[in-house]
Amino acid sequence: MTNDERKNGAHHDSNESGETDDYGTGHAHDHELRVSKIHNGTVIDHVRSGQALNVLAVLGIDGSEGEEISIGMNVPSDRFARKDIIKVEDRELSQDEVDVLTLIAPDATINIVREYEVVEKSRVDRPDVVEGVLSCSNSGCITTGDEPVTSKFDVLEDAVRCAYCETIFREDIPALIDT
Amino acid sequence: MRHDHLITSKQLSRADIETVLDHAAEIDADRSAVADKYSDRLLGLLFFEPSTRTKLSFETAMKRLGGDVIDMGSVDSSSVTKGESLADTIRVIEGYADALVLRHPKQGAATMASEFVDVPLVNAGDGAGHHPTQTMLDLYTIRENAGLDDLTIGIMGDLKYGRTVHSLAYALTKFDAQQHFISPDSLALPREVVYDLHQEGASIREHDGLEEVLPSLDVLYVTRIQRERFPDENEYQKVAGEYQIGPDSLSSASDDLTIMHPLPRVDEIAPEVDDTEYAAYFEQAHNGVPVRMALLDLLLGDSDD
Repeated sequence: MTNDERKNGAHHDSNESGETDDYGTGHAHDHELRVSKIHNGTVIDHVRSGQALNVLAVLGIDGSEGEEISIGMNVPSDRFARKDIIKVEDRELSQDEVDVLTLIAPDATINIVREYEVVEKSRVDRPDVVEGVLSCSNSGCITTGDEPVTSKFDVLEDAVRCAYCETIFREDIPALIDT
Repeated sequence: MRHDHLITSKQLSRADIETVLDHAAEIDADRSAVADKYSDRLLGLLFFEPSTRTKLSFETAMKRLGGDVIDMGSVDSSSVTKGESLADTIRVIEGYADALVLRHPKQGAATMASEFVDVPLVNAGDGAGHHPTQTMLDLYTIRENAGLDDLTIGIMGDLKYGRTVHSLAYALTKFDAQQHFISPDSLALPREVVYDLHQEGASIREHDGLEEVLPSLDVLYVTRIQRERFPDENEYQKVAGEYQIGPDSLSSASDDLTIMHPLPRVDEIAPEVDDTEYAAYFEQAHNGVPVRMALLDLLLGDSDD
C-alpha cells in the first residue's frame, strides 16, 4: 500500500458500494487495494464484468479533462461472480447519464460521494425510452440519413428497439452508442 | 376511426379496420354519395420510389371523391436530387395540400415525416417496413372472398423484406386467423415481426414449403421473391422455383381457396391460374380504389357530416 492509498482510505472501499460483503472488506486484503477511495465524485458499482470501458465511453469520460478515474475489472463479487467498478473524481452523474447506463449496466449501483461519504445511492432504473444516445445501425433506417431527427429507442426487457425502423438490438447495444 | 395519420396497421383496432372496410363497401356499392365531396381538396403525392398501383389508385380515389392531386413527380426531377431532406420536402408540400401520401425507401420514413406535419399523412410504403393501405385492400378482399374470422391463411414468398406481408400479419392479429408463413430460410419473417406477433398472441407457424399446409388454407397470399435479394442468379433460380404456383401445384388445395398477390408478379403465379376460381389478385388490385376512397374520406375528416 502506498502512502497515497493509505491517505485515501483504500481499506474502506466497500463503504462506497454500501455493502460490506461485496467488495473487499472482510475478505482478502488484495481486493481492497485495487481501487482507492474517492473524495468527491461518483462510484459506479456492480457493472457487469467487462463493461467498464463501455460505461466510460457512454458517459464520454476518457480522462481528457484531467479527471481522476479508477477502474476495477473482473473484481470478485458476491452478487455476480465477477464485476467491474468505476470511480470518477469530481464528477456527479446526471439522471440522463444514469438512464443511459441502464442499457449496458442494468444492475449497476450509483454512489455519489462527497467528502468521502456516500450521500446518494441508487440502483439504476431502466427508462422506457432513450433519446439521442444511441444511433440505429440499420442502414435502411430513416435516421441514418441526413434528416433533422433525434434517435429514439424503446427499451425492452433485454433489448432496445429503434422507434423509427423498429429494428430490435439485443446482442451488441454498446456498439450503438453515439460517441 | 379518428387518426391524424395512417402509418402502420399496428395502430388500428379491429373496430378501426371494420369501419374502413364497411365504408369501402358502401362506396363500392354507390360511389355517387361521395362523388363531389372533396371538390376543394388537394392530395399531395410524394413517391420517392417507383409505384404504379398504389400511386394511381390514390390518384383515382381522390379524383373519384371530387378532389385533385399534386404530384412531386419522380425523385430525379425534384429538389431531392439537390440534397433536400425528407423533413424539409414534406413541410413544404404540406403547405400546398390537405393530406399527404408518402412512399419512401427508408424504414421509419413515414413515422419521422408525421412528426413534422399537421395535415393527415398516409404511409404508402416505407422500405421493408409497413404498407397499411395495401393491408386494408387485402383485408377487404379477404373479407369478400373468405371472411376474416375462422380464417386460415398462408403467406408465401419474401417475408423478410415484404412490407405488405408485415402489415397484413399485424392486422390479422385483430381477427381469429391462423397464419402460416412459407418461405426459404433466408427470407423468413424478421425477428421484429415475429416478436410483435407473439406479443399480440397471434397464432403463427413458419414453414419452408407449401405442400404440407396447402390443403388447410382458405387464402394463399403470394409475394414476389426478388432477384436482388440473392447473391447469385443460380441461387435465386433455385429458391424462386420452389415458391411458384401453377395449376399442378394446386391439386391438393381446397376448392374454396382464394389466391391473392399484391402485384406486380413476375413468374411466381403462372398465367394459367388467372382463369381459375382461385385467382383474386386482379379483384384485389381493383379494390384499392374504394378502400383508398374510404380511407381518404375518413382521414380528411368529413365522414361524420
